[in-house]
Order: sequence, then structure tokens, then C-alpha cells
Amino acid sequence: MSDITKQSLTELIENIRSKKLSSTDVTKAFIDRSEKSEELNAYITNDFTSALDKAKKFDQKPNLDLKLPGIPMAVKDLFCTKNIKTTAGSKILNNFVPTYESTVTENIWNEGAILLGKLNCDEFAMGSSNETSFFGNVQSPIDKDLVPGGSSGGSASAVAGQLTPITIGTDTGGSIRQPASFTGTVGLKPTYGSCSRYGIVAFASSLDQAGPMAQNVKDCALLQEVISSFDPKDSTSIDFKRNHYSKDLTNNIKGKKIGIPKEYRVDGMPKEIEDLWQKGIEYVKECGAETIDISLPHTSYALPTYYIVAPAEASSNLARYDGVKYGFRAKGENLIDMYEKTRSEGFGTEVQRRIMIGTYVLSSGYYDAYYLKAQKVRKLIKNDFDEVYKKVDAILTPSTPSSAFKIGEKTNDPVSMYLNDIFTVPVNLAGLPGISIPAGHDSKGYPLGLQIIGKAFDEQNILNIAYAMEEKINFKNKITDWWIK
Amino acid sequence: MSIDHKTIKHISKLARISVDEQRAEKLAGDLNSIFDFIEKLNELKTDNVEPLTSIAETTLKLRSDEVKSKNIREQIIKNSPQDNEDYFVVPKVIE
Amino acid sequence: MSKKDSEYLINRKDNQYEVVIGLEVHAQVLSESKLFSTSATKFGAEPNTQVSLVDAAFPGMLPVINEFCVKQAIKTGIGLNAKINKRSVFDRKNYFYADLPQGYQISQFKDPIVGEGKVILDMPNGQKEIGIERLHLEQDAGKSIHDLDPQNTFVDLNRSGVALMEIVSKPDLRSPDEVNAYIKKLRSIMRYLGTCDGNMQEGSLRADVNVSVRPKGSKEFGTRCEIKNVNSIKFMQMAIEYEANRQVDLIEEGKTIDQETRLFDTKKNETRSMRSKEDAHDYRYFPDPDLLPLEVSEKFIEELKNDIPELPDDKKKRFIEEFKLSPYEANILVSDIDTAKYFEEVVAKMGKNKDIKLAVNWITGELFALLNTKGLEISQSPVSAKNFAILINLIKNGTISGKIAKTVFEFMIDGDKDPQKIVEEKGLKQQSDPKALEALIDKIINDNREKAIEYKQGKEKLFGFFVGQAMKASGGKANPQLINEILKKKL
Repeated sequence: MSDITKQSLTELIENIRSKKLSSTDVTKAFIDRSEKSEELNAYITNDFTSALDKAKKFDQKPNLDLKLPGIPMAVKDLFCTKNIKTTAGSKILNNFVPTYESTVTENIWNEGAILLGKLNCDEFAMGSSNETSFFGNVQSPIDKDLVPGGSSGGSASAVAGQLTPITIGTDTGGSIRQPASFTGTVGLKPTYGSCSRYGIVAFASSLDQAGPMAQNVKDCALLQEVISSFDPKDSTSIDFKRNHYSKDLTNNIKGKKIGIPKEYRVDGMPKEIEDLWQKGIEYVKECGAETIDISLPHTSYALPTYYIVAPAEASSNLARYDGVKYGFRAKGENLIDMYEKTRSEGFGTEVQRRIMIGTYVLSSGYYDAYYLKAQKVRKLIKNDFDEVYKKVDAILTPSTPSSAFKIGEKTNDPVSMYLNDIFTVPVNLAGLPGISIPAGHDSKGYPLGLQIIGKAFDEQNILNIAYAMEEKINFKNKITDWWIK
Repeated sequence: MSIDHKTIKHISKLARISVDEQRAEKLAGDLNSIFDFIEKLNELKTDNVEPLTSIAETTLKLRSDEVKSKNIREQIIKNSPQDNEDYFVVPKVIE
Repeated sequence: MSKKDSEYLINRKDNQYEVVIGLEVHAQVLSESKLFSTSATKFGAEPNTQVSLVDAAFPGMLPVINEFCVKQAIKTGIGLNAKINKRSVFDRKNYFYADLPQGYQISQFKDPIVGEGKVILDMPNGQKEIGIERLHLEQDAGKSIHDLDPQNTFVDLNRSGVALMEIVSKPDLRSPDEVNAYIKKLRSIMRYLGTCDGNMQEGSLRADVNVSVRPKGSKEFGTRCEIKNVNSIKFMQMAIEYEANRQVDLIEEGKTIDQETRLFDTKKNETRSMRSKEDAHDYRYFPDPDLLPLEVSEKFIEELKNDIPELPDDKKKRFIEEFKLSPYEANILVSDIDTAKYFEEVVAKMGKNKDIKLAVNWITGELFALLNTKGLEISQSPVSAKNFAILINLIKNGTISGKIAKTVFEFMIDGDKDPQKIVEEKGLKQQSDPKALEALIDKIINDNREKAIEYKQGKEKLFGFFVGQAMKASGGKANPQLINEILKKKL
């Protein structure tokens, strides 16, 4: 069968279940394409040899009842994988081989999936363009020298470029939704507490959440169903009734009330984004949903709040990378000298910048003015959502204020880079689920995404809305295979 | 507000990241532009707002007092940069 | 220095200074597993064999709290008559050190699990109340070993993550003696509760000591210095004495005292500044985002309250009332839970016709002396409470004299023998047959006719001579009371 890699996850599963394809066929196809796609720099580590072994093993005794039967997939290199190098895109974990598996990836392998390799990402997931990785920037399959977004840039590039049928990323301020939007793919950031954080290299504990990335909403729903679980090993994991997101998926969204927040109409937003949003509003109406103008008055404070909370938590979470127990160690004359050199040489510029911000906002004399203030504003932002959710079932916004930009375009201006996350960050601060779906192209032919934000634990609802809109939008990603010689 | 060279030096010491003069200069510039943007929060009055400490609206679950982790010294030490079967080894601590 | 009216003051020329002391005691919680991980807490294991991925802070590892440690902290709070906070928060205390794998210690900073409480000290000049500021739960760090290698420091993380209770007193202590009494009282309460074994040699109980001085009568506090991590009461007392004198000297010389952290050098018997460390210390506390606030219900606390055993103060009160003991005696018996247990078992085994005073005298006398020479704890006593009770009863019912009892006791030590059997086997039973004793005494008077006449003429001292002779003739077994009676009659 040709074009295996162009098939969606749902199609691949059908073909494996009906024995039209073996896991080996599928695995081989994705390995072949991955090998031809080095130019994208989507992988940090590949595990192709043992992936093929596992596929063959699966085919000998296929368990077709599993949710991901013999499906090969690559994952973001922020998930710890047993006996496979896990770097978080950093020099400081350059040689780190975990002896344990993250709960989310464990859930995936338990459903029959096979690891292809570990995907590139911004260092410790800090970035919006995948340019901060120690292992080099990732190219977008959309166009040469275009960023795939970040921090799950390798993941977005791999899904859009068909190097993997599906993948998982992590989203702290938009790291799944923004790259999904930049690459014409679907990315879901689940409710905080939905997916276990156990075994995921931490960036900002109160914001981090793993989530699925796929070519379409249905695939995304299935993967979410697999990865979401209550985990006693994570004290912030929440024990709630989880849907069968793929089985329960419906395009019937009649009567749903969808909020359109006026604060997301920001200054300087390109007209094509505004137009896309309008089109989105038309689509949901066509599906029988009702749109309601709403206000989330503290929206413009979300990004400054985020840039206090996330670096503060990161400065503490990254203190364990000190050259003592694992990872990179620089030579030092004494312990302190060793620490300072290890962390100076082991962390890249952006990570150091954020550790500095975080250290500063927590330091004596500044805690109240910054950290405590941010915690209070975070409460106000959450209150905004609580208030509007009394009136609406979901919220529709653009995913990003612009389409993808060129590599190097924003690296020297951290603030303009940070502004990329302006529409995604409030969702993390409030712990809500959000999904980005491809909704159109800009004048350059680059994909643009729309974001649907849901109530906490209401992933099913936003998946349904996305599913209904996906049908109307009928988006076709323009992948030219420019990188394949 | 302005973050000066001295502050950068102080923070870098707290964060245990050595920063040379040139980088300190650059960092001060970056941090100042970031904090200019963060200062926006001062527009808001938050005196009577309870800070949000945890987004997960549930209480802390308690585990039972059972020893489950066995001796995994080999696993624990395996990734450490200096070879020693029993201990983590670091350059001499100077008080 | 003077100890006028048991007041501890430091004298210089015309000035007298009072010493103000506050303690931060770190008590290791008795639990099988660690505060946030499932590794063991046993003392003395091979290095790094009780370390989980969480304890060594591997990437992506997360803390999950041990319910039993929470209960232990609350029970201790109840024992300290303290307010239990239904909501408490775990914070991160950030600093870098080789034996702190996470780069932060999980502790409770703003909202501790236990609030204000108090303990009562029995001092020679009466009772004194010491305020408790708070008690919070936190993780212990690992251990850095500096003397195994000239260039390197070795790190053992077995202790990393073990639960500690930090008990902070108010600055209510005024002398090394009070500190001694305070530590012993805390230790006693926690051992009664089973929340900490109080073993200072193994580091289960350590303290940071805050010391300041002020002119006698002053109401304001002086600048305090904190002496870090002192692990014996003796060293605490020595450190306080040195530090208080150092501060007084500075004041007398017109110099100022710097608020700082100091270290007690046990070899030189002096405190030393740790200023180098102090500079870098800005702990950047903030609520640990990996944990949620800890909430406990009224019911949870009530159930623990019902589980609290009789504590030393109540036991003392009961001993005084029920057994008519002096406060001094009661104190000795209750201060250590094992002594109290032993005593109560002896009382129970003595049955109806018991002589409690006698039992107390024997416990605090012979038994303590024995344990002392052998270097044993009362829980390891070679004489069981049951046999001890039999021995006391043998004295009480006149079977043996107190003197013979000492001989019997010697025999009991080896293999916890039944004193009844010893008395029978060795023929040590007291002679209480009046007829036999009369015959014996008649013979002695006969043999010492002249002395008997002298006695009758008024040389009363000689009575003792006759008692001695009678005891000698009976091989020490004669009932001394009967001897007295018969002698008085016959002479």
C-alpha cells in the first residue's frame, strides 16, 4: 500500500485491524520517511532499530483490541523514556538515560504503540520557535527556514511532515497549540490534572500539561483518551470521570453557546487573523451553535503574569541540574565553582534568562511585588473564566496573533517572542483545556489556527466543537516535501 | 525599575550560574525590557485578592506509610558524572 | 557568673546580663517510609541504599505525602498543647548544596501544620512554662562526608527526604539548665507519643540555638545569633555559655553584635561565624507547585486526639494522687516512658498488699545503680518488672530483710531469676519464729552477761551490740524487728 505515511491514525488503525497493513509495514514507512527527513531536524534521538523489532514482535502475536495496535510514534524529548536518552533539548541532560518511564508514555505503550524516537523541542520547553534547543533549530515542513513554533516544534514538524502519525507534546504557555497552529495540525492542551506529570521533565509545575498532537480531531481525541489517567504518583493529578473521547466524539453541537472574547482583538493583529476568526464564528453558527460576545477583562495581564509564575517555578525546578547526580558536569575547583560553571555551560541563553527572572521575582524584597502579585492576578484571570462559563460552554479565539515567522527573526527580542503566546497563556494560567485546529492560510500560504477553550474537564465538548468545525473548514495542509531530496 | 549590573551579579550567584561581564550586560538589557513589560501588573489593584496557589481544585491526597522503593543504588548512581559505586562524588566543599 | 536564687546571670563589673534563648528543634519523625517517597528510613544502612528516584531528584519525579507523617506531626502538636491548623501549605526553601538533590527543601514556611502551644518544665525552684511558636513538617537533607578523600566530598542520600518536625520555641528559655530541661521534656513527650525516638546519637534530635543577651531587667531583646545544628544537650549548654559570654564581652567593649549564623566547634569549645554561607542565603520560599495545600478535617484530628496516650504531666499528677508519691519521685518515674512503664508494671504485679514507696526506692536506688553500671536502658533491664515486684513483696511481707534482698537482687541479675526460688534455694528466708529467736537471744545474753549488766545500768549504746550479735548468729536472716522487740523485753 502506498502513501502509508499520509494516512491518519484512524485509517492506520483500521488497516492494521483489518490486516491490510502490518505494524511492520507502518513502522517501516514512518522510519523511511523519518530517515529522509533529517533536514527537518525533528528528532534528537531515534530508536528505529528496536522500533522495527517491536513491530515484528507485535505482528507475530497482534493484540488488535488495543487502542493503538502496533502504531509507531515519536514523542517530545521532555518525556522520560526507560533506557532511551532523554535530553529536554538541553546540553545539561545531553547524556541522561532514565531508568524509568513517564506515566503518559507508559499509557501509550500499554495500548500497543511503538516508540520511534525522541523529538526535538525548545530547551526545557522554553521557547516559541524551537530555536533554543541545544540540538539545533527545527525546520517547518511548511516552508524552508520557517519556524515550526515551540516548544513542541519537533513534534509539530514530525506530525505535519508525516514522520509520525501522531505525537505528544507538552504545553506550559502554548507549547502544543502554537506549533500546531504554525504547522496546520491539531493540538490539545488538556485540563490541568488530566494527564499525569510523572516522568515529564518539569518546566513550570502549576502550568505544565502533556497533550496530543495529530493531523485531525478524531486522532487527537483517541490519543487524549489513551494518555489521560488518574495517577497517584502525581499529587496534582485529578480523579475525575474521563470520557471515551474518540467514541463519544460527535459533530452535533447544536445549541452550544460559544463565547467570543473582545479582549482577544489585540492591537496590531493582522487582518487575516481577524478574518479567520470571523470565518470561525460563521462556521460554528452554521453548525447550529450560538455565539455570544463576552469579556475576559484581565486578558492583557496574562502574559506578564505568566512571565513571573513560569520562570519562578522554573528557577526552582531547574535547580536539580547541578552536575551532581546526572547529566553534564563542568570541571570546578570546588563545589560552588563546579555548580556555577556547570549551569553556565549546561543551560542555553533563554533558559538562563528565565532562571534569572524567576530567581529575581522570588528573591527577598521582591516576592510580594512580583510573585505574590502575579498569584493574585492569576486568580483574577481564573475568575474571568469562571464568570463567563456561567453563560457559555466554550470560547473561540485565534490560536496565535500571527502565522509562523522565519528562523532567526525574533531571537534577539525576547519580548516580541513572548507575545506569540498571548492567546494561549491565559488557558494555562486558568488550568483549562484548549485545542488549536487549522482553519485557513495566510497570504503566504502559511497555516493559521483557531483555538477553542473549554471548561475544566470538559475536553469532550471542545473536541466536539473542533470536530464539527473541522468538517466545515475542510482544511488541506500544503506540504511540498521541500526537504526531501 | 531598572536591573543593574550588581543585581545581575547577585541573582546569578543565587542561581549558581556564572555570568561574565559581557553576558551580564546583555542580561541586564534583556531583563529590563522584560520587566518593563511585567510592570503592567501594577495597573491592577489586588489588595483584597486571595493569591492562587494551586490551580487543581482538590485537596492533597495522602499515601500510606509503606516502604516500596527498594535498594536501587546502582540505578541511582549510574548517571552520575563521577565513578564511585557507593557515593555521589563532588569537588571538595569549601565552607 | 552567679546563680543567685537559681537565676542564671552573667556578671561583668557592675553589670548583670540575662541570657535569652530560643530553640529550633529538629526531630526525626518515626515512620517506615520517607515524607514524600516510599524509601525506608532505617538508621545505619549502607550508603545510598535507601534512596528512591524521588529522593535523588531525578527529572520528572514528584512528591507524594506520607499520611502517617502528617498524623505524627499532629499528634506531637496535641502533645505540645498546640493549635492544629486544618490547612497548611508546603513551601520550597531554595538553596544549593551537595546533599540537597532537588536544590530546594520542601518545608512549611508561612502556614505550618501546628501553631502555638506550650510545655511545662519542672525546675528546682518550681514550674516554668515555655511557649511553642510552631511545629512544621519538612524534609531532611542527605549527608556530606568530607573526610574520605582529600579532593572530594562524598554524598550519601539515605537521609534525604526523611520527615522532620521542626519545633520552634518562643524565646522563653533563660539558662543552659532550662534548655536541658526543655529538650528532655520534648523528648519525653515525643517518646510517649511514639512520634520520635529522640535518639541524639543517631541524629534523631538536633537543634539550632538562638542566643541573645540583655541587661538584667531590660524588656527589649538583644541581637541574636543562631548556633546551627547542635546534636547533644551538653554541647547546647556549652555553646550557650560560650556564646552568651562572647556577646556580653562585645557589649562591655562597646561593640555591636552582628545577627548571624554560627557554628559550635566541639573541639575548641567555641562558636564560630559562618558568615561566608550567610551571604548566599536568600531562600526564595514559595508554595511548592507539585503539592496542594494540606487539609485535615476536624474528624481526622479528633481521631488522633483519642489516640493520645497519658502524657508525662498527667501521669505525674496521677502518680502523686494515686500512689502518694512526692513530686520529685513522680518526676523521676515519668520523665522517661520506659521507666514509667516499668514502674507501672511493678505496681500491677505487686498485687493488693503493695508497698509502693518501697518499690520506688528500689527502682531509683538498686535498679538505677545496676543499669548505670551496666550501661543499660531500663527497657533492657536484666531484672523483669514481674520478678522485681516479687522481690519487693518478699521484703514487704517479711520473708526477707532489706539487706538480704540486696543479696537476692544480685542473684536475680543473671538470667532474670525468680527471687522466691533464690530465697528457697539459698535458704535466705528471714527467721521470724519468736521462739527460735528467743532461744538465740537467751544464749547471747548468757554469753555476754557483763555487757547486759552494763546496759541495764544505763549504757544504752550497747543495745546495738546485742542486735548485731543476734543478726550475726542468725546469718543475717533474723527478722530485725522481732530481734528488737525480744531484746528490749529480755534485757
